[in-house]
Amino acid sequence: MAEAVSDDGFVVFDRVQKSYDGETLVVKDLNLSIAKGEFLTMLGPSGSGKTTCLMMLAGFETATHGDIRLGGQPINNIPPHKRGIGMVFQNYALFPHMTIAENLAFPLEVRKMGKSEREEKIKRALDMVEMGAFGGRRPSQLSGGQQQRIALARALVFEPELVLMDEPLGALDKQLREKMQFEITDLAHNLGITTVYVTHDQTEALTMSDNVAVFDDGRIQQLAPPDLLYEKPENSFVAQFIGENNTLEGIVTEITGDTCVVRLDDGEELDATPINVSKVGERTKVSIRPERVEYNKERLQEGAHTLKAEVLEFIYMGDIFRTRLRVAGNDEFIIKTRNAPDVERLQPGQQIEIGWLPQDCRALDA
Amino acid sequence: MSDMTDTGGPVLAADGTPLKRSLARALRRQKMRALMLIAPLLLFILISFILPVADMLYRSVQNGIVTETLPRSVVALADWDANSGDLPSEAVFAAMAADLKDAAAAKTHTKVGTRLNYENPGISSLFRKTGRKAKKFDVENGGPWKEALIDINKGWGDPDNWRTIQTYSPPVTAGYFLNAVDMRVGPDGAESRPESEQIYMNLLKRTLWMSLTITVCCILLAYPVAWILANLPMRQANMLMILVLLPFWTSLLVRTSAWKILLQQQGVINDILVWIGLVDDSARLVIINNQFGTIVAMTHILLPFMILPMYSVMQTIPPTYLRAAKSLGATDWTAFWRVYFPQTIPGIGAGSILVFILAIGYYITPALVGGTKGTFISNQIAFHISSSLNWGLASALGAILLAVVLVLYWAYDKIVGIDNVKLG
Repeated sequence: MAEAVSDDGFVVFDRVQKSYDGETLVVKDLNLSIAKGEFLTMLGPSGSGKTTCLMMLAGFETATHGDIRLGGQPINNIPPHKRGIGMVFQNYALFPHMTIAENLAFPLEVRKMGKSEREEKIKRALDMVEMGAFGGRRPSQLSGGQQQRIALARALVFEPELVLMDEPLGALDKQLREKMQFEITDLAHNLGITTVYVTHDQTEALTMSDNVAVFDDGRIQQLAPPDLLYEKPENSFVAQFIGENNTLEGIVTEITGDTCVVRLDDGEELDATPINVSKVGERTKVSIRPERVEYNKERLQEGAHTLKAEVLEFIYMGDIFRTRLRVAGNDEFIIKTRNAPDVERLQPGQQIEIGWLPQDCRALDA
Repeated sequence: MSDMTDTGGPVLAADGTPLKRSLARALRRQKMRALMLIAPLLLFILISFILPVADMLYRSVQNGIVTETLPRSVVALADWDANSGDLPSEAVFAAMAADLKDAAAAKTHTKVGTRLNYENPGISSLFRKTGRKAKKFDVENGGPWKEALIDINKGWGDPDNWRTIQTYSPPVTAGYFLNAVDMRVGPDGAESRPESEQIYMNLLKRTLWMSLTITVCCILLAYPVAWILANLPMRQANMLMILVLLPFWTSLLVRTSAWKILLQQQGVINDILVWIGLVDDSARLVIINNQFGTIVAMTHILLPFMILPMYSVMQTIPPTYLRAAKSLGATDWTAFWRVYFPQTIPGIGAGSILVFILAIGYYITPALVGGTKGTFISNQIAFHISSSLNWGLASALGAILLAVVLVLYWAYDKIVGIDNVKLG
């Protein structure tokens, strides 16, 4: 990860560091390249440095070390109002003393745009978010979702090439949030603008993005498209943070090419794919997604290791069954099964055998 | 119950009484209890505030003393035409003699003299001197009274004095108010006083102008302070807040006296200016006992009343607005002026109303550091209350001040809207 990033990205973070107090680094050696038109999400727990990165890009924070480039130009010393980056804030930050139309006119007025051109752009932007009839209202007269759309329209009305969004859907209820997720991605792709989106909600990150950068401890832990991120996490933090995950701890006993054997702490053995384990005898955390665990023997691969498990709890969730098992001393082993007519509903106390394809079982760092 | 409502009659409660009446009865206890709780305060305000204000307002037009002391003369004078230039008839003089005899016995003749002296300086001696001899008047057999009274004091031969008595004989008069706006009742009704006697309108204008200056000074000084307070971390803001509130813990008199020490000609500021050679020792600046001194001292004293509402409004403005403005392409100044400043207007409004209304009625500070040129109308009111004892005029001046404040308040409500005022 320490290798220098390619220079051809539209937005480039080149060995960027940030410290507020001169003692600890909030962002440690950040290297990131975002292509033009890409929708990139910075995902991570709070305090992971993702918002700081966004603020550095917007110009509200200065990088302690390193270069940030936009379209090839270093922007470290350019004040925020000259960067021409659209931004959507967490609480929308719509100016309460202006009407919706005045809010949208603001970025155009400060750019000294003529009145007719201004009105045309405002109209187009409002129509784009389907809020054409609301120009005369004040922000306080709109619902949360409507304010969200206006904030989006305001960030786009001056046609920036890059838009930053800082947890813009955090204040909305679940249904509205899901609706807005699609609207934002649609809009971003249709307009072809580059978007950097910050969130701590992994579902949001997975459904919206072209690429997701998972932040932790001031570093990017993994940068990948959503499907790779979910199915092929590169380290145990990403495996844990994205989606639901089962972890079994053990020691690598055998590595042959792209498979390895892990002896769990209670002596059981299982097949896994080595990801960031390199030698025999190393401790590892084995990660398996709940929906990839199979207990129907007929569907298991020939010769695969199986483990004994005891059913502790069976939860009916409608579309799926969620079953909690005790596996190799781990009481929190979850499996998810699709609700289909031929699927057996397990009973608490039942003893079963479980297994999985070796490629779904990833041996990660301990 | 439901079939009752179906018939269209009044809705009845379970026991058959109309629902409205039983609701009123149920609420009556609550209302009584609420009233009992606020009763002490209500009584206190009524007795110590509303009644005195009403009484003082009434005093500004009250004029019963003339008819009460000179009842017969007032009736007799009613027919006299003051503009004829003639003296009133013998009947009027006889009535006056009888009234004066009674008044002298009751020792009220000097009071009516004092009252009329406000309107016609010199007339009080007429009553005082005549009163001394009036005790011996033989009302039934004496006369003719015209000659007798003029003989005692030539003033009775002056139609102007009679005009004053006639003009101020009704129990209610506009005289105090005319006086308060530098007018008087002349032969042709209300007229302006000569330039040299005009005091109050100029004083009122000066009071308004100086209050406005003080308010503007307060806005200019308080805005940055409030901004710093609102943007500092909580801890330092609280520290600074104590400094803002510190003046409240010091006596007003002490603070004003401190300004006297600083500003006087042999004071700290002049000494420093002379010492560094900016000002010649023989030409020390006069910066106290004039308008400048009053404005400086009152701005200092009223500053917290401006800072506090501004601070509480600024505190509610999230910093993201400024960031949003900048991200949309605004320079620091545009972001401040177009986005931040408009949102602080409610605070400026609240502070301005507070400071202006406090300033317009201020008394102690102008009295101490205002000299003659820097005093306010309230100082003149105090003078009439405690020195000249012309309470009617003091009341009229007070009523005008009250009216001015109410008019300004109304205008403010029309322009800015009182709903936009935020005190916290």
